[in-house]
Amino acid sequence: MEYHLNIPVKNDEIRKLKIGDIVYVTGKIFTARDEAHHMMLDKGKNALPFDPSEMALFHCGPLLKKERNKWQVVSAGPTTSSRMEIFEDKFIEKFKINVIIGKGGMGDRTEKALKKYTGVYTAYTGGAGALAADKVEEVLGVYWLEELGMPEAAWIFKVKEFGPLVVAMDSHGKSIYKELKKQMP
Amino acid sequence: MNFEDIKNGIIQLIKKAETELPRDVIIALENALKIEKGVAKTQIEAILENIKLAKKTKRPMCQDTGIQTFFVDVGLDFPHIEKLKELITEAVKKATIEIPLRPNTVDPFTGENHKDNTGDQVPYITWDFVDGSNVYITAFPKGGGSENMSKLGMLKPGVGINGVKDFVVEEMIKASGNPCPPTVVGIGIGGGADLAMKLGKKALLRPVGERHKDKVIAEIEEELIKRINETGIGPMGLGGKTTVLDVHIEKAHRHPASLPVGIAVQCWADRRAHMIIHSDGSWEVK
Repeated sequence: MEYHLNIPVKNDEIRKLKIGDIVYVTGKIFTARDEAHHMMLDKGKNALPFDPSEMALFHCGPLLKKERNKWQVVSAGPTTSSRMEIFEDKFIEKFKINVIIGKGGMGDRTEKALKKYTGVYTAYTGGAGALAADKVEEVLGVYWLEELGMPEAAWIFKVKEFGPLVVAMDSHGKSIYKELKKQMP
Repeated sequence: MNFEDIKNGIIQLIKKAETELPRDVIIALENALKIEKGVAKTQIEAILENIKLAKKTKRPMCQDTGIQTFFVDVGLDFPHIEKLKELITEAVKKATIEIPLRPNTVDPFTGENHKDNTGDQVPYITWDFVDGSNVYITAFPKGGGSENMSKLGMLKPGVGINGVKDFVVEEMIKASGNPCPPTVVGIGIGGGADLAMKLGKKALLRPVGERHKDKVIAEIEEELIKRINETGIGPMGLGGKTTVLDVHIEKAHRHPASLPVGIAVQCWADRRAHMIIHSDGSWEVK
C-alpha cells in the first residue's frame, strides 16, 4: 500500500501502516544524530526550544549552505540508524515521536517502544542526499549548531511529499529486517 | 609552475568525485534495476534518480561527503613533489566552501569539528612512487556508514581460504543494511594487520566488474559475490537480490602463523575520480 500522510500523524493512521508499505510525508521534520539525541535527553522535554511531538524524527546529518543569510539544504539523506538504538526507546517515550526516518534498521528496544507507544520506523534510501534535499521546502530553524557542528545539530525542515519511505518496522511489532534474517541461508 | 591553477584542478577533482559516479558503478546499478522488483526496485530507482540529479545540479550525491582520502602516485621526476601535500590540503579547505562539502573532521578527544575537512592526518593521503614526471591523484572520499562496517580478522591459518570466505560472508550478514547496500567489498588477504586493511581499501579502487588477473582469485571473487547476494539482504537491507555490486580481493604474502583478512566496505556511492598533473603544471581531471 502507498500512503501520503501529514505530520503530525494520528495514531490510528500509524496503526494502519504495515511493513513493506510506502509512505510520503508532508510537514515538519527534525534531524537528530547521536549528539542531538544525547543533548535532548539530558535537557528533557520542557527545556527544548521546539516541540518534537509535532514532527517526524529524521536520522540525518545534512549538508547545507548559507545564501543571503538563509540556509539551503544541499544534500540530506539518512544516516545509519543503528547508532541511535541505545537512546531511541527513551526518546520515543519522552518526546512522543511516532514517525522515525532513517536507514539500515533498528533493534529490539526500538521495536518494543514502537509497539508500546504506537510508532513506525521508516527507511529512506541511504545516500540519496540530493534527492532528499529536493523535497525540503524550507529550513525552519537550527539548534545547537555552534556546539555540535553542522552534521550533529538539530535542523528543522519543512518537507513536502518526502519519500518514498519504506515502512520497515511497524507498530504491531513487525520488522522487515527480522523477517529477512529468518529466511537467510 | 602555476600552483593556484593546480589547486583549482584538485578542487575540480574533488567536485567530480562528489557529484558524478564512475560509469562502471552506474552500469552495475542499471543491471541491478533489471533484476529487482518491489521494495528493492524502489531503492535502486531512487539511487539512480539521485545520481542523475546530483550530476545535473552539481551537488554532492550524498550528504556524507566523506573523509577526504587520496591515493597519489608521484613520478620521481616531477619538479615540485614538496608542494603536493600542501596543495591537496589547501584544495580540500577551499572545496569545503565552494562545492560545498559537509564539515566532517572531528577531534576524537574534544568532539570539536575542525569545520574545513582537514585536521590531524587528514586529508588522508597514501603516497606511492612511480617512474616518470607525472603525478596521478585518485580522489576517494569515504563515507562513515560504510567505513563503520570495516573488519579485521586475524584468522588461524588452519581455516584456509574456505575460512576466509566464511568470515567475509558472515561479516556482510552482520553488516546487513548498515553500509548502504548494494556495496562494493574490498578484501585484503595476508600481510600483517595493517597491510590487510590497506589492501582491502586499495582493492576498492579497481573498477566495478573488473576481475582479479589471477584466475584462482577471480573465481573466489565470483563465488563471494554469489554467496553474499544469496543472503537476500538486498538494497538498503530491505530484501532483494543485489547486496553487492562487486567483491575485489588483493593479496600479500603472510607470516606462517597469521592469516589476516581486512574487509573494507564501500557504499553504492563508490566515489572515485582521477587527475594527472604533468611536469609543466598542466593537468586533466577524468
